[in-house]
Amino acid sequence: MLNFTIRRLLLAVPTLLFISLVIFLLLEISPGDPLGDVPLTVPPEVKEKMREALGLGQAWYIRYALWLKQFFWIEPLHWFDQVFGTGYAEGAQRIISFQSRSPVFDVIAQRLPQTLIVVGMSYVIAVLIAIPIGIISAYRQYSWIDQLGTFVSMIGFSMPTFFTGVVMIIVFGVKLQWFPSVYDTTLQVRDWDSFLAQVRQMVMPVTVLALFNAAQISRFMRASMLDNLGQDYVRTARAKGLSERTVVLKHVLRNSLIPVVTVIALGLPTVFGGALITEQVFKINGIGQLLITAIYANDIPMVLTVTFLFAILIVVFTLIADILYGVLDPRIRYD
Amino acid sequence: MTETDRQRALDTAEQVDATAAAAAVVSGLPPDDPVHAGGETRSQWRDVWRQFRSHKGAMVALVLFVGVLLFVSVGPYLWTIDPTYVDIRARNSGFSAAHPLGTDQLGRDMLARLMAGGRVSIAVGLTAMIIAVTLGSFIGLVSGYFRRLDAPLMRLTELFLALPLLPLLLLMVTLFREPLSQNFGPAMGIFILIVSAIGATSWMQAARIVRGDVLGLKEREFILAAKSIGTPPRRMILRHILPNVLSPIMVAATLGIATAIITESALSFLGLGFPPDFPTWGRLLFDAVDQMVLYPSRVILPGVLISLTVLCVNYIGDGLRDAMDPRIRGR
Repeated sequence: MLNFTIRRLLLAVPTLLFISLVIFLLLEISPGDPLGDVPLTVPPEVKEKMREALGLGQAWYIRYALWLKQFFWIEPLHWFDQVFGTGYAEGAQRIISFQSRSPVFDVIAQRLPQTLIVVGMSYVIAVLIAIPIGIISAYRQYSWIDQLGTFVSMIGFSMPTFFTGVVMIIVFGVKLQWFPSVYDTTLQVRDWDSFLAQVRQMVMPVTVLALFNAAQISRFMRASMLDNLGQDYVRTARAKGLSERTVVLKHVLRNSLIPVVTVIALGLPTVFGGALITEQVFKINGIGQLLITAIYANDIPMVLTVTFLFAILIVVFTLIADILYGVLDPRIRYD
Repeated sequence: MTETDRQRALDTAEQVDATAAAAAVVSGLPPDDPVHAGGETRSQWRDVWRQFRSHKGAMVALVLFVGVLLFVSVGPYLWTIDPTYVDIRARNSGFSAAHPLGTDQLGRDMLARLMAGGRVSIAVGLTAMIIAVTLGSFIGLVSGYFRRLDAPLMRLTELFLALPLLPLLLLMVTLFREPLSQNFGPAMGIFILIVSAIGATSWMQAARIVRGDVLGLKEREFILAAKSIGTPPRRMILRHILPNVLSPIMVAATLGIATAIITESALSFLGLGFPPDFPTWGRLLFDAVDQMVLYPSRVILPGVLISLTVLCVNYIGDGLRDAMDPRIRGR
């Protein structure tokens, strides 16, 4: 297992390097110009100076190498300095956003909590809804509750989140006035009232994302339960007189959770990507919104870094899913 | 004819007689010519269709999907108002005889716009799916069949799976919309861009499924038989392997339409899809969000159509999967 993990970690490095190169080159060959918004009255030699100040003067491979160095060496050093009060990264150039001229990671650190809270909550709730539904619909296969579960989950992942989000805003935000339709990120939780306000504004985005994810996870749960319910060990467990409850909730559930856990791990990065849309709908200024504004503004360092962070998430969670699969299921051996 | 041969022939004749006699007693045995059993020819596709018909949800979905297809394809011939015709005096009108589904903020007829939008949305879905499935099946077949290409192609697939797709799609669409719309005209350029972007980023699932199936098929006897009579690889793949992996490809294709439609409308919804005067369902929804409080129907109608189409396609895919799985068929 350790061998496998090390091998996969080593393999992840070229994968990530390649992905970063793809994103970098995509941005490189694009016709967009970060100085496109500069007025035409600015003389060309000044423009050239500005270009150099943005670090755009050099050849692409030098800039790529510089970015790699900044991402993998200077930024971690900087965190290290901040945590331990040392001065290793002093004077080193961090990744700077074209838009705000502030370090990209500082902006990301500001935006990350909003995304993490909403996405994290919604995913936890999705799992909590999906697993019982999956168990019941598999246990009572083809019953009305299974049919209903199938239908609802089909609807759940057929309705795009931007549609469910907008409908929820119309119904609960505008008509019923239960929840605020715009997410207020300046809100700080200090007392009970502000906590309630925070919960109220989180209800709609979390529900939208949770429903969408629960629909998918419950389908996997159901299929996995169905696979296991027909196994011989279930018959054995029943034959030796275990209660139905023990059979289903102990024996079958534990074995069925193995593939579902990996599906959950694999799905998490996609959820972060999908939160892009939800953030746009509910006007949450999280990572997704940051990325979209950066794309509009031709902010190359920001786009590159945020997209690459998404890629890291995917690679890491794929790795976690693979390792979890091996840990949870002793029959699976990677060697 | 040698003696042993004669003996063997006699033995065979005896055996045939014995089994024939037994068959007369046990009439449940299949007849010698199974093709004409029951007086009706049975083909795989007929079986699939029969099984598909028994899946109620899929049948309803199929009917609805055909309905949506007719709505967007035949509809514009019956309802001939130009979807881009601006009638500023009739703007924001509700449901009326002149405009059954009302008009938008520029007085353009919603019914006509929904038809035109659906045309584009479904065309994007179908084209992107064809690209993705062709690419995916090709890579899956090649990497499953040729052992030497397997490892590099699967690495490539894993690389693509590790790409953050939605951010990349957004990136591709914003970066390349200008040059493409200059070369092919605004509508066609964006269409090519979106379709190829979605196609190029969603072939991986199909490739993995097809590769897995091909690897399993390669161990079967009929492949060995075909190989031993010297079938060249090209004919091997087209004749023997491709038809046998057709069912997972078809399921992947059906589900691919749904994903492509959703992705396109998501892009349009983020304002990075088709140009404003070019309606698609996602674009209509996006345009209506600003005034959703006053005119909720303009948001809901395109949204419902997207959801309905995707739901139908998903149900059809589900039904197809059940119908094509020989383990379930006939239950």
